[in-house]
Amino acid sequence: MDFASSKRAGAQPKEITSAKIVVAGGFGVGKTTLVGAVSEIEPLTTEAVMTSAGQGIDDASKVPGKETTTVAMDFGRITMADDLILYLFGTPGQTRFWFMWDELIRGAVGAAVLVDTRRISDAFAPLDYFENRHLPYLVALNCFDGAPRYEPEEVREALAISPNVPLILTDARNRESVKQVLVGVVEHAMRTLVAEQGRGFPAPVG
Amino acid sequence: MGQPNDPRGNLVRPYAVTRGRTEPRRDIPIEAVLVASQAAVQEARFAGHDKYRIAVLCEPRAQSLAEIAAYSRLPLGVARVLVADMVADGMLSLHSAAPKEGFTERMDLLERVLSGLRKL
Repeated sequence: MDFASSKRAGAQPKEITSAKIVVAGGFGVGKTTLVGAVSEIEPLTTEAVMTSAGQGIDDASKVPGKETTTVAMDFGRITMADDLILYLFGTPGQTRFWFMWDELIRGAVGAAVLVDTRRISDAFAPLDYFENRHLPYLVALNCFDGAPRYEPEEVREALAISPNVPLILTDARNRESVKQVLVGVVEHAMRTLVAEQGRGFPAPVG
Repeated sequence: MGQPNDPRGNLVRPYAVTRGRTEPRRDIPIEAVLVASQAAVQEARFAGHDKYRIAVLCEPRAQSLAEIAAYSRLPLGVARVLVADMVADGMLSLHSAAPKEGFTERMDLLERVLSGLRKL
């Protein structure tokens, strides 16, 4: 906490810690629906402005003439205690905005990659992304009504998901089901942390 | 500035509120929360419309940088510059994002988040 302001802030309550979980996946896979199922606020949208060259967020004023694009991210909030808030951030659907994913996963507890079994190939890019990052993640198969149901192991094989990545079925509209996804992410993060500790890695996040 | 033919397009306009500055005075994670005291809200009255609105937003309850940007309808980068200024000027207190290092600290946080989720 920045106590430079404590004089004016008066009797400040205790330090508030905020954590975040990232919900990744292709366009239209149900990320915002999933966030909305557990969030205490209607999912909000925050926008970042970038150049077409993707040189950096909100940095286009330094390169006048470059085309700019707005990247939107939806997010929700769960206030767990007066000193603990969990945020859920959905990644931008378009996978060309990788740099924005980098900002989102920095410091995250973990991630869930949401997969639509009707458009399974949309999951390749997000899964590739997490494959190469130091962040615990699981795969959640969003079961839309009428979607072809595959056995989870068929999906694991089709997407070449490694055996140590948990794979679960979910319904992104259902609060209980989404809760289980988030519990799964945190439990996986704990197992990963314990395993790293056992191997003696300092294991930075993000 | 901001004319239809301006090659800088509509990016310049959002940064008008920061007088063109695009670099925040300090990095603030998107999920870090900020709180304003009542005294800080009074002080922010003289700091311009955007900063005042941000202070008012953060007085009743802590808000993350992402929420501040969304409620103020400011791009994330613009909100970050304003919020970093307000932290430096003592109008907002910045609280911490999740610990990135230390087994015990990280495990404690994960346990608290897990129990919070189970209670939902």
